[in-house]
Amino acid sequence: MTEPTKDALPITVRNVTKTYGPVHALDDVSIDVRSGEFLTLLGPSGSGKTTLLMVLAGFTRPDCGSLRFGDDEVIRTPPHLRDLGMTFQSYALFPHMTVAGNVGYPLKLRKRPKAEIAERVAKALDTVQLGGFGERRIDQLSGGQRQRVAVARAIVFEPRILLMDEPLSALDKKLRDQMQIELRHLHEQLNMTTVYVTHDQREALTMSDRIAVVNHGRIMQLATPRDLYERPANRFVADFIGESTFLDVTRGDGGVAWNGMALKTAHAVPEAAELQLMIRPERIVLRDGPVGGMNTFEATATDVVYQGDSYLLHARLADGTRIALRGPMRGTAALPEEGQAVTLGLAPEDTVVIDASEQ
Amino acid sequence: MQANSDTAPPGTAAPERLNEAGLRRDGRLERLALFGLASPAMLLILVILVIPVGWLFYVSFLGADGSFSLENYERMISRKSYARIFVTTFQVSLLTTGICILIGYPLAYFMSQLPDRLANIALITVLLPFWTSLLVRTYAWLVLLQRQGLVNDWGISLGLWEEPLKLVHNMTGTLIGMVHIMLPFLILPVYGSMKAINRDLMKAASNLGAHPRRAFWDVFFPLTMPGLSAGALMVFILCLGFFVTPAVLGGGKVIMVSMQIVRNIELFVNWGAASALGVVLLVLTMAILWIASRFLKLENLAGGGHG
Repeated sequence: MTEPTKDALPITVRNVTKTYGPVHALDDVSIDVRSGEFLTLLGPSGSGKTTLLMVLAGFTRPDCGSLRFGDDEVIRTPPHLRDLGMTFQSYALFPHMTVAGNVGYPLKLRKRPKAEIAERVAKALDTVQLGGFGERRIDQLSGGQRQRVAVARAIVFEPRILLMDEPLSALDKKLRDQMQIELRHLHEQLNMTTVYVTHDQREALTMSDRIAVVNHGRIMQLATPRDLYERPANRFVADFIGESTFLDVTRGDGGVAWNGMALKTAHAVPEAAELQLMIRPERIVLRDGPVGGMNTFEATATDVVYQGDSYLLHARLADGTRIALRGPMRGTAALPEEGQAVTLGLAPEDTVVIDASEQ
Repeated sequence: MQANSDTAPPGTAAPERLNEAGLRRDGRLERLALFGLASPAMLLILVILVIPVGWLFYVSFLGADGSFSLENYERMISRKSYARIFVTTFQVSLLTTGICILIGYPLAYFMSQLPDRLANIALITVLLPFWTSLLVRTYAWLVLLQRQGLVNDWGISLGLWEEPLKLVHNMTGTLIGMVHIMLPFLILPVYGSMKAINRDLMKAASNLGAHPRRAFWDVFFPLTMPGLSAGALMVFILCLGFFVTPAVLGGGKVIMVSMQIVRNIELFVNWGAASALGVVLLVLTMAILWIASRFLKLENLAGGGHG
């Protein structure tokens, strides 16, 4: 392209609050998005993740706070001067323009010469694998194609920051999986700081460099997908990401204790009044009997479900707590029967104790 | 439906087409029943519209002596007064449509941006005049606009003007009354097409770098064109045949085709001349509709969304 490649910009959010009446949509939010990073805002609906994105884009005016792109304070800059790429949940393609008209619109606004517009539009459409679709009308496109046009329109003017608001939520699962990979490649290729909003945790885990889990207008944890899944900072994150069984535990010497039974853990136990043991279904395993070095639990199988690639075992611990276990299906190993006594093993590395006091 | 396992055992002959005749008869009966629902209205239209219009058409070709003649149509071409009447009719209709657009479009835009509850109240306010008699509204304007009417009284006492303005029995009064009556016909389709616009589109335009004014002309306005053209067309066509309001507020100085028709019958008892005018008006209206239908989607006239 004709302009020199611009560098990605870091985003600095400081103490942003937005209230709607008594409701805190954003409650003193501060967050740093590193330049070139793919950061996902993940949270349930109404958590404030979209509000935060709208503040970044300039469509929602916060009550107070600071927002910087690089070194520039932009909190009072109107949206049309922020120079951000953005895709919308509804795609927001202009129905009265062709595909090329849509993609070329930001360049037209920037008064680029016609030849350059045509060239850059063609290149952007190639990037999203829609080469030759320029003259199509929007209503002639499928959902996946519209999504690609929306992406092409958002990147054609080479913004240094790209915002995406649940871009894949309207697509069917197969197409969504494929687009996740494509967007990820695109991100690596284009070097834009990307802020992505989704309520789909799998999507967030698949695509992000880091994930900010949002709830009640606050950032609950900002971490890499792996840290978020394996070392959640609090009960909300542990609950929201993945499935788990939680057991109330107390601090014991060298670890924790559950119902008087000492449990070994390879991780630090948080300093908190209330502690819980988080057990992921795929981290706990079925054992024939007690195994040295592992924490073991005796349980009774209540339900066994064959799921093709794996099986799901529901069991009840001695104190009545229900626990789920997911194991791989291999060979012809017999599955436990309902009512059968089973021994479950949990390695110390997988014994994760979380702070259950804050919510 | 043929599943892999549960099909008929091999060797059985292809099954005959079960119940074919019966199913076809059911379909026919259903269509007949549907047609039956429409028949009272269709009968009514035949009796009060098709037959009288056909008769008018026939009468318009009868001369004064009752034989076939084109004299009713020739008169329209030869007499200057008729040309003037047609010019006035189009002038009044165009001006009314234009003023309705200038007043109605911004109002519809304002309404479309209101929160739902307020928008509904605004919509009812716009529709309110529909539930009042046309005649009552027209005479109300007469009362308001006359020499010693409310408008002149207030204007003079507030010192806005010194002498009573001539607001009625002329073009001004005709336009004021007609715009008032026609405004809802323009606002409703325009409002409908505005409400149908996804708000994200304006955000997208703005995000891509368009100043709000630019975003309006590039994105919002083009998407309201179907509603605007449908509304404008409706107002224009209704104006062409309008009688009561121009007759009362024009005070005989603004003569439109419909008034000339009445005059031909009441004053000259010339049914042929009146019929010929009616036929010309009808043909003109149909021609305009036909031309418009080549550029517009006319289903918008029925108040549907755009697109």
